[in-house]
Amino acid sequence: MNTDCSWLIENARLIDPSTGLDRIGRLLVVDGRFAGIDTSDGDVPAFAQRWDAVGCVVAPGLCDLSTEFGEPGREEDETIVTGTTAALAGGFTAIALSSNTEPPIDTAASVEFIHQKGARADKCRVYALGCVSKLQLGESLAEIGSLVEAGAVALSDGPRPIENTGLLRRALEYCGMFDRVVFDHPEIASLSKGGVMHEGLEQLVLGLSPIPAEAEDLATSRDLRLVEATGGRLHLTSISTSGSVELCRRAKSRGIHFTTGIYIANVHMDDSMLRSFDSNCKVSPPLRSQEHVDACVQGLRDGTIDIISSGHRPCSLEKKMLEIDAAPFGMIALETALAQVITHLIRPGVLSWCEAMKKLSWNPSKLIGQTGGTLEVGKPADFIIVDADRKWKVDATSLQSKSYNTPLNGTELYGMVLATFVNGRKRS
Amino acid sequence: MFNPSAPTVPVPHSLIDAPPIPDTWKHQHLLGLQHLAASEITLILDFAEHLHAATGNGRIKLDLLKGRTLANLFFENSTRTRNSFSLAAKRLGADTVEFSSSGSSVAKGETFIDTAKTIEAMLVDVVVVRHSSPGTPHMLAKHLACSVINAGDGPHEHPTQGLLDILTIRQHRGSLAGLTVAMVGDIAHSRTARSNIWGLLKLGAKVIVCGPATLVSKNWEKLGVEVSYSLDKILPRCDVLNLLRIQFERQAIRPFPSVHEYTLLYAMTQERIRRSKPDILIMAPGPINRGVELTPEVADGPHSVILEQVTNGIAIRMATLWLLLGRRG
Repeated sequence: MNTDCSWLIENARLIDPSTGLDRIGRLLVVDGRFAGIDTSDGDVPAFAQRWDAVGCVVAPGLCDLSTEFGEPGREEDETIVTGTTAALAGGFTAIALSSNTEPPIDTAASVEFIHQKGARADKCRVYALGCVSKLQLGESLAEIGSLVEAGAVALSDGPRPIENTGLLRRALEYCGMFDRVVFDHPEIASLSKGGVMHEGLEQLVLGLSPIPAEAEDLATSRDLRLVEATGGRLHLTSISTSGSVELCRRAKSRGIHFTTGIYIANVHMDDSMLRSFDSNCKVSPPLRSQEHVDACVQGLRDGTIDIISSGHRPCSLEKKMLEIDAAPFGMIALETALAQVITHLIRPGVLSWCEAMKKLSWNPSKLIGQTGGTLEVGKPADFIIVDADRKWKVDATSLQSKSYNTPLNGTELYGMVLATFVNGRKRS
Repeated sequence: MFNPSAPTVPVPHSLIDAPPIPDTWKHQHLLGLQHLAASEITLILDFAEHLHAATGNGRIKLDLLKGRTLANLFFENSTRTRNSFSLAAKRLGADTVEFSSSGSSVAKGETFIDTAKTIEAMLVDVVVVRHSSPGTPHMLAKHLACSVINAGDGPHEHPTQGLLDILTIRQHRGSLAGLTVAMVGDIAHSRTARSNIWGLLKLGAKVIVCGPATLVSKNWEKLGVEVSYSLDKILPRCDVLNLLRIQFERQAIRPFPSVHEYTLLYAMTQERIRRSKPDILIMAPGPINRGVELTPEVADGPHSVILEQVTNGIAIRMATLWLLLGRRG
């Protein structure tokens, strides 16, 4: 009988991507767990708080697989406390933290550090990704068995690509024993080295060093071939080119099992944004030209792309104040990702609410073997209430994240998260 | 050479009117030629000739910008561009201050913007910046209250170089319209090429970019520029050749097998001069690599206007300074 985690959310548009539910109804949460939809009045406990969500969408909390904070080692960018606060503000109830820290998460002890810091922060659920290779050097396998034993939900050297083809092959074989997915950011570094932006007409005019599309296409092609050969589990974290989309589409049609992700920036921003020379537009994968963006949108529409990730990569102000060549890659996105999806995918009719939530919560939760992405009775009540039609202006300095590096500062987006619940408790 | 009829006897500067800055000129900075209108480019060229004459071909020091200070902020090695800006400022009566630093701000520990702000706090009126990273002058323009002139930002733009090249052509041909100008060499890494391309296209010239396929993108065609990999094929059609320096320092994998092969395909030689139009102009932004982009006979020959380009550089920079600073304060 817990009042602060028992709710009756009324008159909401309920979205459950795990069942395809999309209708007006009322959602009952009792003692931190989903307790049913449209339950009769007699079954609603008297202690449940009521929330009239008329005009709002209620959906499972979002799950992000490509979140980077700085802790440990780069706390000036983001700590687990500030990052998880930002996650809740953006509607994320679970995040799998990148292993790209200093030192990288390549030992059982460092996985436990992440878990402890996450528990102490007591915001959203925090999972750890373990390194594929020791120190993320791409040379030899990290102690993957120990990492999994300590609770690593998947293995990733992100944002670095797994360059060494032999190592990737071993990783796919070895991780299969533990039923864990290997994440790869597809990129052939020898083609993209020193690059700042997508190679093309915009880049030609700006004179910035190029990152050609084929640097990604070739890596995607290689990765898919290795999945086919090894039967290992692979997640491409961040595709951004028409070539990658087409390769993934063909591989899926041939029955090869893998998942494809995209960062939200690559869904609607193109390389013309670099004309500003704003280092906040320097991201990896780079903002591509419009034809690639269109191909990615088509890939989302036809199901080639399974997962939308934030690609949240905070960089402190002093790092982004450098010349664009010297500034690090990355933009923050946890607090804008859902609004970006609503504005650029749901409102224009590219994805239905159910399809979008599948890519933002159900699919990523399933991939890392965690509950989430559902309103199923008995499951932990992680959910959000969203006013999907509310327009708001992004003000980077008023976001919860410790860093301000978003090129969306000052732009207007639709969709405001009114509340985020974890285990039935309203946390934001 | 430049205006041979200019007075040889110094004229007291009080007798010389500075060219009035039209109300249509709205720019606080000169960051590139891509976003200037043809009329604005022509205005700078006209002012350059006016001020060159007014300074008695460099023999008279004016006081048009007395009390103003120009800061040269060079993060890449340069002697000619830096000195050219200094001289231009001095001929208009302004003071100059020099800052040079090699390498990026990361290596130095101070951000590039902090360096620039420190210099601005010394109350300078214009910062002339050169940097290996494209966009740095644009970044400065956002952060500083004073004027910013781009003296070369990586391979992006070098507007005063483009302007002085165009002025040199105009002096010889009267107009740019209808001329065929080829930029030859390392187009990929050349800010000079980009600034020239924008300026030339706006003034009605036909532009060809020519060089090894590894350094000349096909994408230039989408911008209305002809792409060629064979100097010999385009040679008979060209009125002007601008021979760009091969920038060995900017390239990770060498884009052509050897200097020997490059000179075979793209160097301007006496033999190639014979296959050119009789009045072809040979230009080079310098520093020139004798024996690579062109042979010494061509560099010093009758078609070469390379040293006129240098002289015109000061005139263009005087015009730029006057346009940016003449109306303020």
